[in-house]
Parts: sequence; C-alpha cells; structure tokens
Amino acid sequence: MSVLTPDEIQNSLAAIRPRLLGFARLQLRSAAAAEDAVQEAMLAAVEGASKFQGAAAFQTWVFSILKNKIIDELRRASRTQADVDVEAALDEVVAELFDEKEHWIEMPAAWGDPHASLEQKRFWEVMDACLTVLSASPARVFMMREFLGLETDEICKELAISSSNCWVLLHRARLGLRECLGLRWFGENAT
Amino acid sequence: MTTCKHATELMSQGMDRKLSLPERLRLRAHLLICSGCRNTRGHFRFLREAIHRHPWYPDSDDGLDKDA
Repeated sequence: MSVLTPDEIQNSLAAIRPRLLGFARLQLRSAAAAEDAVQEAMLAAVEGASKFQGAAAFQTWVFSILKNKIIDELRRASRTQADVDVEAALDEVVAELFDEKEHWIEMPAAWGDPHASLEQKRFWEVMDACLTVLSASPARVFMMREFLGLETDEICKELAISSSNCWVLLHRARLGLRECLGLRWFGENAT
Repeated sequence: MTTCKHATELMSQGMDRKLSLPERLRLRAHLLICSGCRNTRGHFRFLREAIHRHPWYPDSDDGLDKDA
C-alpha cells in the first residue's frame, strides 16, 4: 500500500461523511453542531492525511479526531446548559417505574431474541428515537460512556461532576432506554 | 432486603466499575427471587451490545472501508 493520493483522500472522506454526520448528530443533538464538528474533523484529517497508508486506517483516524471534537463540544454544552437537578430528574423516572417500596410497578418482561433486531433497519430508527427522547444530561453521559467509550472517571473529569452523579445519570439513561425500547419495540405492555 | 430500584442501580454500576463483594452478594440474592430484575440485567447488557453495533458506531460490523 502506498500513501494516499489527494483523490483517494477526497473519495475516502466523501464515503464516510454521512456516517460521521450521523454519529455526531446523535450525540450532539443538533444538526448545526454536528456539521461543524464533522467539518473541523475533516479539515484536520486532510492536513495529516499524508501519514496514512490505505483508506481504512485513514478513516479510523478521522473518526478518532471526530470523537475528540465531540467530547470538546459536549464539555462546552454541559457548561452552558442550565444543569438540571440530577437527583430530581432521576426521581421523576423512578417514580414512574417503582412503587413506594421501590419494587417494579410493571415487571420488565423477557425480550425473546433481541439480537435478531439488530439486523432490522426499523430497530435502529426506534433506538435513535429512544436516544433522542432521553433528557440531555443522562443522554450526554450515556453517549460518552457507550458511544465514545470513556471510563466514568474520565467523564466525571470532562464534565466536572462527581462519580456518584455520573452513576445516577447512567442508571437513569439505561432505565429510560430500557423502558422506551421495551414499549416501542419489544412489545412490553403499556400501562 | 435489596429493593428492585437498588438492584438496578447495582446492575448499572456493575457495567462501569467493579462492584464490592457485599454488593455482588446482595445483587445475586435479589436476582434469585426477582425475574423483573433478571430481565433488566439482560436488557442493560443488550443495550451496550446494541450501541456497539449501531450503524454509525466507528467500529461496527459493516466496516468503515466498505466504499473505500
């Protein structure tokens, strides 16, 4: 394999642009912010492209630049958005799911073979809708943990929150997503 | 007695940090008697796996270089 030519760099970026945008949009929850982050990542990528042999390595690297841009942007967003009271936000979800003895009001049912869903296009539409209806702070922490693969202590540092708040937010995000997918995809009974 | 709410907190945290031995024992005892929480444990694991196979996830199955 030889160093990428300018044409190969262009083609390579054009090929992954939709995916970069989708990835950024889901996490930043704003088309404009996603466009900006992808634009910046692509520009940075072009400057360093000569170091790469082969499109695959180059594309992986573009994604890693984009990840860092997204983390910067999430950090900025967490500072500027009025931070909701984390405990209160959780209580609201918890009140809907658990009774006063903290047992399930509606027991989560088995989901059969959930992995079969991963092959269905419609499943991802529901998943993205469920991610989008999560409120901002749990969604931000969940995305950093699961999409960007950060450890919780890194997330705490980036967002300047305590680790217990981090766990509260992750718990809330997982319960919220579980509930949403259960109702909207796996056919658990609505109450 | 561990409540379902607390069990779901432990299951969630167990995905982000190593639980202590007492925490693990409490969780295990609760799961033995609670099918709702057993199902939830599977759902939490599935969520992580699903996100990692999301069509826009950088390393997901269909590969970055499919059009390259």
